[in-house]
Amino acid sequence: MIRVNIIRKAFDATEVLRDVFFSVDKGETVAIRGPSGVGKTTLLRLVAGIDTDFDGRIERPEALAIVFQEPTLLPWRSVLQNISLVHPALGDTAVLAALAKVGLDDKADLFPGQLSLGQQRRLSLARAFAARPDLLILDEPFVSLDAKLADEMLGLTESLIAEFRPATIFVTHAEAEARRLADRVLTLGGAPATLI
Amino acid sequence: MIVRLASITGLLILWILTAWLGNDPEVLPMPGALITPFLAEVMSGDLPYHLAMTLIRVLWAFALAMAVGLALGLVMGLFPRVDAWLDPWLVIFLNLPALVLIVLCYLWVGLNETALILAVTLNKIPNVTTIVREGARALDPDLKAMAQVYRMPRATYLRHVVMPQLAPFVAAAARSGVAVIWKIVLVAEFLGRSSGVGFQIHLYFQLFDVVHVLIYSLSFIAVMLLVEWTLLQPWERRVRRWRAA
Repeated sequence: MIRVNIIRKAFDATEVLRDVFFSVDKGETVAIRGPSGVGKTTLLRLVAGIDTDFDGRIERPEALAIVFQEPTLLPWRSVLQNISLVHPALGDTAVLAALAKVGLDDKADLFPGQLSLGQQRRLSLARAFAARPDLLILDEPFVSLDAKLADEMLGLTESLIAEFRPATIFVTHAEAEARRLADRVLTLGGAPATLI
Repeated sequence: MIVRLASITGLLILWILTAWLGNDPEVLPMPGALITPFLAEVMSGDLPYHLAMTLIRVLWAFALAMAVGLALGLVMGLFPRVDAWLDPWLVIFLNLPALVLIVLCYLWVGLNETALILAVTLNKIPNVTTIVREGARALDPDLKAMAQVYRMPRATYLRHVVMPQLAPFVAAAARSGVAVIWKIVLVAEFLGRSSGVGFQIHLYFQLFDVVHVLIYSLSFIAVMLLVEWTLLQPWERRVRRWRAA
């Protein structure tokens, strides 16, 4: 259902990715691992369609969702609006239900700056799952969190994935994270990077 | 508010002191000496009429300069290729003296309202463009990527993602804009119109009537302070609300 065929991706003269071929089925979770700087984030940006400048072809569904390393919220809009503006098709009830799933329904009228970092991350997760995506992309979503918070977020993500069953691609450094969430682990290595 | 009042009182005391030391009401009258002629100007309808004329011109030029400057700054900040082409124009217009633009507009368009508003607008556009361009260059690429992945509608993106990021820049441009525009409007009125505060100042300048020059300029300053306190500052507070929360 998601087919990634990247023949070559370069920034100017520097080749970053070559011959990266894989596919992800509906409901399947694939982890992408590899040393930092190898091109994992570049790969995700191609898969998400943020960067379209590459040789190859990527087939992806319409309904995408992404969780970045940082929460990437709109600090000038309320918690509720952070979801409703991104998903205009959802009504307020659906947005509140999505917030309730991450325990933020009583914070709907606050601004993101009034939330703790952990709550901001949960909001970012709620935004991703609110519209029932067919493809979910997670870019090291638990990096820079302390162990307890990371574990809490991991558990939450796990249960949301189990509930909505999107095809999931996620990048991580952590072996344990990869094994816990993923059905399959792909490793990126070499320069230019390819699947090994 | 108390600080503001004290600060203005301080300026008033300085004025009184200078007037007392100078001791020549022809050059600098006491503040109190302005009251009777001020009331006379209000009663005769002259002051309200000329203030209104100037205010309308300021509003037109302000609205046009902000709209065009905002659009240009946004385009130049977002598209480096357009920026490369338009930047030299911007530098030329930024450095073109206000006086030259006013004179040229009067010569080319004629001594009319259109020429005045055009001249003032052209004077202000480069400043607004420069400030907004900085804002557009500083737009957060992560939020852009987010909006792209979630396929946020274009209009929503502009209104809820781009504009809030530009708001501080637009506010800065509006602030400096209003102040600069009314001064240029006065010069343009001085040179080529038969109404407005600038025209009245020209008239009383020729009569060497310091009292009336002061009355007209102070009245307009009062109007602009009112605009600042009742419109600009509350608007700024509103768009900054999320920072304070």
